[in-house]
Amino acid sequence: MLPAIPVFGKEISPEQALEYIDPAAKKIMSDVALNAARSKGATYTDVRVGRYLNQYVVTREDKVENIVNTESYGIGIRVISNGSWGFAATDKMDKDSIAKAAELAVTIAKENARLLREPVKLAPQKGYGEVSWKAPIEKNAFEVPVKEKVDLLLAVNDAAMKGGADYINSILFAVNEQKYFASTDGSYIDQDIHRIWPTFFITKIDKATGKFETRNALSAPTGKGYEYLNARPQDKIQTASGTLYKGRYDMLEDATQGARQVGEKMKAKSVEPGKYDLVLDPSHLWLTIHESCGHPTELDRVLGYEANYAGTSFLTLDKWESKKFNYGSKEVNITADKTEVGSLGAVGYDDEGVKCGKWDVIKDGILVNYQAIRDQAHILGLNASQGCCYADNWSSVQFQRMANISLQPGKAKLSIADQIKNVEKGIYIVGDGSFSIDQQRYNFQFGGQLYYEIKEGKIAGMLKDVAYQANTQEFWNSCVAICDQSDYRLGGSFFDGKGQPGQVSAVSHGSATTRFNKVNVINTARKI
Amino acid sequence: MPILTKAEAKALLTKVLSYSKAEQCEVNLNCSDSGNIRYARNAVSTSGGISANSLVVSSAFGKKLGTATINEFDDASLEKIVRRAEELAQLAPENPEFMPFLGPQEYGADSPTFSPATAAVTPKDRADAVQASLKEAIDSKLNAAGFLSNSIGCSAMMNSKGLFAYNTSTDVAFNITVRTDDGKGSGYATRGYNDFSKLNAKADTAIATKKAMSSITAKAIEPGKYTVILEPTAVAVMLENLFFSMDARQADEGRSFMSKTGGKTKLGEQLVDERVNIYSDPWNPELPTATWSGDGRPQEKVNWIEKGVVKNLYSSRYWAQKTGIKAIPFPGGAIMKGGTKTLEELIKGTEKGILVTRLWYIRTVDPQTLLLTGLTRDGTFYIENGEIKFPVKNFRFNESPIIMLNNLDEIGIAERTVSAESEANYLLPPLRIRDFTFTSLSDAV
Repeated sequence: MLPAIPVFGKEISPEQALEYIDPAAKKIMSDVALNAARSKGATYTDVRVGRYLNQYVVTREDKVENIVNTESYGIGIRVISNGSWGFAATDKMDKDSIAKAAELAVTIAKENARLLREPVKLAPQKGYGEVSWKAPIEKNAFEVPVKEKVDLLLAVNDAAMKGGADYINSILFAVNEQKYFASTDGSYIDQDIHRIWPTFFITKIDKATGKFETRNALSAPTGKGYEYLNARPQDKIQTASGTLYKGRYDMLEDATQGARQVGEKMKAKSVEPGKYDLVLDPSHLWLTIHESCGHPTELDRVLGYEANYAGTSFLTLDKWESKKFNYGSKEVNITADKTEVGSLGAVGYDDEGVKCGKWDVIKDGILVNYQAIRDQAHILGLNASQGCCYADNWSSVQFQRMANISLQPGKAKLSIADQIKNVEKGIYIVGDGSFSIDQQRYNFQFGGQLYYEIKEGKIAGMLKDVAYQANTQEFWNSCVAICDQSDYRLGGSFFDGKGQPGQVSAVSHGSATTRFNKVNVINTARKI
Repeated sequence: MPILTKAEAKALLTKVLSYSKAEQCEVNLNCSDSGNIRYARNAVSTSGGISANSLVVSSAFGKKLGTATINEFDDASLEKIVRRAEELAQLAPENPEFMPFLGPQEYGADSPTFSPATAAVTPKDRADAVQASLKEAIDSKLNAAGFLSNSIGCSAMMNSKGLFAYNTSTDVAFNITVRTDDGKGSGYATRGYNDFSKLNAKADTAIATKKAMSSITAKAIEPGKYTVILEPTAVAVMLENLFFSMDARQADEGRSFMSKTGGKTKLGEQLVDERVNIYSDPWNPELPTATWSGDGRPQEKVNWIEKGVVKNLYSSRYWAQKTGIKAIPFPGGAIMKGGTKTLEELIKGTEKGILVTRLWYIRTVDPQTLLLTGLTRDGTFYIENGEIKFPVKNFRFNESPIIMLNNLDEIGIAERTVSAESEANYLLPPLRIRDFTFTSLSDAV
């Protein structure tokens, strides 16, 4: 589930964020933990020395509201003892404190062993020795002066205000995870991961009626560096709604068109409820994929490990075993991928030292696989983990998190204009909006940013008060056409929430513009 | 690090301030020790113990503010962090909305937020509680998944204007889902306490067990407008979206459900049924919260909605000064005044209706009307002639808490409850509401 935006860590100066801790020092700390845990009776141990950096530049209209640099640095130690998991974490990085945390992890494991039904069974994993992985970014956002970021956001705000917006809030988030993983399997893995998300929220108010409308940025959070903000001509797609972005983002241009579009939203026609053919842009569809395919194919949900919080899944093991469960139409091919360049989920190795890869989840509409980690792999008859383990901090215990789950583009040539041309009565939806789905992922409701009525193959103007409700399986079986590779784009979330205590993870979802037939659309206007 | 006493915190913060050369300096200290245990499929899954502390130094020159943080408390580190905050302040852009730090404040009596019983909890205590919960579910041949956490924390702040504040707190959270093996029944219970000795994991598991067993064979009934009884945890997830939206600036700027035409707001107007009274009170013995906010403002008893009329909105100090209102901070907890009837009595007084025990995945659809969507979960029942007749399939709803509180039928006895969405604790009654809008059915159990 996607929660409100949280803030983590402690504040630091911008220059502190450029310091990098020597892997040799991290290896020494890790060995202290590995040895201490083993001496107390652990049969398996993994250690994560993590330094998590966040930078937020927050502005509104002509003002800088906040510039925050946070750092969270510490060590998390996970052990198996007496067949049970135990975990402890500390931000005191001296040898005694690390050894004490390792001992606490073992104590917890032993205490909990009486609550087990069967011992933890880990899929085999070879040690990789001392290896490293770095995100292939072009420009580290933390090296860009804060002033340059402030100037960009204030220019964005100015463009929106000049375009008729009453208010704009704009934010630039940058994240750097410096993660070191060591385990008793013999891996010492150093990774440097970067993410960036520029976004804004425009509001326009009609003082005479007291009504207001909003338009959020059409950017995507990505696993890229600051180059994401340097859009080239090939990164732009011109459509009936305006410019859409592929690969890189022009924030200034989007704020300008956003101010115009929020004005159009004020005057838009309120939707007539009923069945419509929906043409969904990737800037919108990523969230539907995330909720209705990403989450129900997480094996921990299928098995019941999330029953008390995020929920379980309608994609039960019997449906997978049958090899003929029609999740969607034959057009629907969905992959899990932890390697896609520029995606939020891309890493070299997951947080239990497994090298990452790509696999099919839905093939020609049929459920063929899930997303699993080491202690679940045996349930699927796999002899290796799929590399989906992640912890959002050194102080959080790692568990199964979503890989990038993406809808593959259609094989036949098909453009956005072709999709619209083929629809008699429909709605073209751009951008993500309101979202909600049940705990087994059957029933969902989504809104968007921009809704365009399609009449007899042509855009007939903007609509408002739109949300669609559907059943996941019916919805994906109503998928009839997907644009080709040239329209494939990534959307995603910085803050996918799961687990207790709650953790967030960042994940991307790719798709091309896709058509779904006869989906139920409701009108959301009310009076209070 | 052990929790610092008031005198120790005062000495530490005084030392930090002694290094300051800024025009103004403010220091915030937070320390916490926590532990948790999670279980599912009738066995423990993950579990942990976490210790983390931080000291935040904010230095200001004019309207320029710099902030830096550290978790090492030796003299050299403390002086270094003060220098760093000052360097950052000199480099920062001027913030026209910067407000000078507050001088000394009166916080009234300490609130009973700290419980020694919780401070003494060990990994064994947590495992014992979970064992009792598991036994209850396993004895009923059902499947349990739950979470238990406890924490102890201290917070303190001091500034160069003479303000000093200190608090210690303990928290306990327990929630449990019990499901039938065939996946046709599911029940839930959630509790929040300051005092671990109040926790009865076995009894709470029994509640979830009963709901799981009685929710199998759910029938599908048509979506539409129904009289509903919302249990307190379902009330929490609806009303907290109202609490989160009572910001004065948003209302004044015309972008809130509180806004009216011409830049006016609904402050002082009848917004909901006159039986609705919502307030916050840091000293409430059932829901004690800190007597000061993070920026040093006192948390006082505040009436937010009195007899259905909006009495106060919370606000930043900057906005309050600009608009000439009292700068009331966002409260630590919210309370809705209860009635005298139990949940059972509310059910008895219902001719036809639906009992909603939990609502889930609540999101705003339209901030203008506070229209929310979400679903029922873990036990939804049809009531006829004052009795629960049968379980019903889950619904999606689209409803505004404002419309809901205008369609108020009856208020039950308030109790401490927890939002399964935000995990915040509240003191709320069960409510009977007319014409609650369900828009579709869900197959989820």
